[in-house]
Amino acid sequence: MTLASYILGIVAALIVLGVVIESLRRHHLRERHAVWWLLAGIVALIIGVFPDLLGWAASLVGVTVPTNLVFFLSIAVLFLVSIQHSGELTELESETRTLAESVALQDLRIRELEAALAEIESRRNR
Amino acid sequence: MGRMPTALERTLIVMPAFNEEESVAAVVREVFATVPGVAVLVVDDGSRDATAREAAAAGATVLQLPINLGVGGAMRAGFKYAIQNGFRNVVQVDSDGQHDPAGIATLVEELDRHDLVLGARFAGVGDYAVRGPRQWAMKVLSGILSRLTKTRLTDTTSGFRASGPRAVALFAQHYPSEYLGDTVESLVIASRAKLTVAQVPVAMRPRAGGVPSHNPYKAAVYLGRAGMALFVALIRPPVTFVEPAVTA
Repeated sequence: MTLASYILGIVAALIVLGVVIESLRRHHLRERHAVWWLLAGIVALIIGVFPDLLGWAASLVGVTVPTNLVFFLSIAVLFLVSIQHSGELTELESETRTLAESVALQDLRIRELEAALAEIESRRNR
Repeated sequence: MGRMPTALERTLIVMPAFNEEESVAAVVREVFATVPGVAVLVVDDGSRDATAREAAAAGATVLQLPINLGVGGAMRAGFKYAIQNGFRNVVQVDSDGQHDPAGIATLVEELDRHDLVLGARFAGVGDYAVRGPRQWAMKVLSGILSRLTKTRLTDTTSGFRASGPRAVALFAQHYPSEYLGDTVESLVIASRAKLTVAQVPVAMRPRAGGVPSHNPYKAAVYLGRAGMALFVALIRPPVTFVEPAVTA
């Protein structure tokens, strides 16, 4: 490994961590959504600083080419995050549905109350 | 002391309507003419045309959803309105004129004995017919759902149905909004909550706009979606259902 690629690995991991932490700080990202990206960034940083760890981990689980372990873990994280997002989308849709129902029911009630009030007032003015 | 209100006077007709400005007023007027004294709630499902205005002009109460939720979404809003306003029964009627209002009284009458009553298109009345793959799909669906609900059902995707007090309470909380979920999954939810289901024959008219398709590709898609709705309904745990307090 050249010095350039060693530095590239560390810088890339730092950028990921920097973006995630800055998003958290600005309320662009909530903790429960950031936790996967934080974990991925930390793992990337550790492996960037100690590249030999990757080879050791790969031989531990029987993966011949260490980079394949990186691909496998990356895809696994992306998959789990997608599932989490689909789940939260479903939840949001169901919440939107409940809110839409409430808005419609209250809107109708307000219109009926206004009509009743207008009638009382017109009777009083007669 | 006032007299006891009749079953029909404590029944709310719920009509989900999405961009139906051409037919909704006529259907509302026909319901009032056929079943005098009944309350009609048109649920305007986020229409972009004059559906709400037409329905109100015809004398219906109009519930306007701010966004399109689909038939199931519109129906759950209707069930909630029924509960808030003290209606015992809910009858779903399409706003496109496909359902003959003459069937409403028949459906409500059957609610004395059952919690959920479906108006079936193929039970010998009317001249509505479906053929080919779509018919086979509906037969398979009916077979499975008949077993589940322990009664013979022939037309499980019928939207013309009446719900008694227990069904109204259940559906106000749990009514699926997925396409075909409103008809298929709601039957599974009802049977799992120990509600009794029955079907009565009603006449159906051809849809005001367009004819039902006999395209084999569309029939396959329909079968797939119906199968999916049934599969999902069956793997889900039964919903927890709070029995409504008994009112006179």
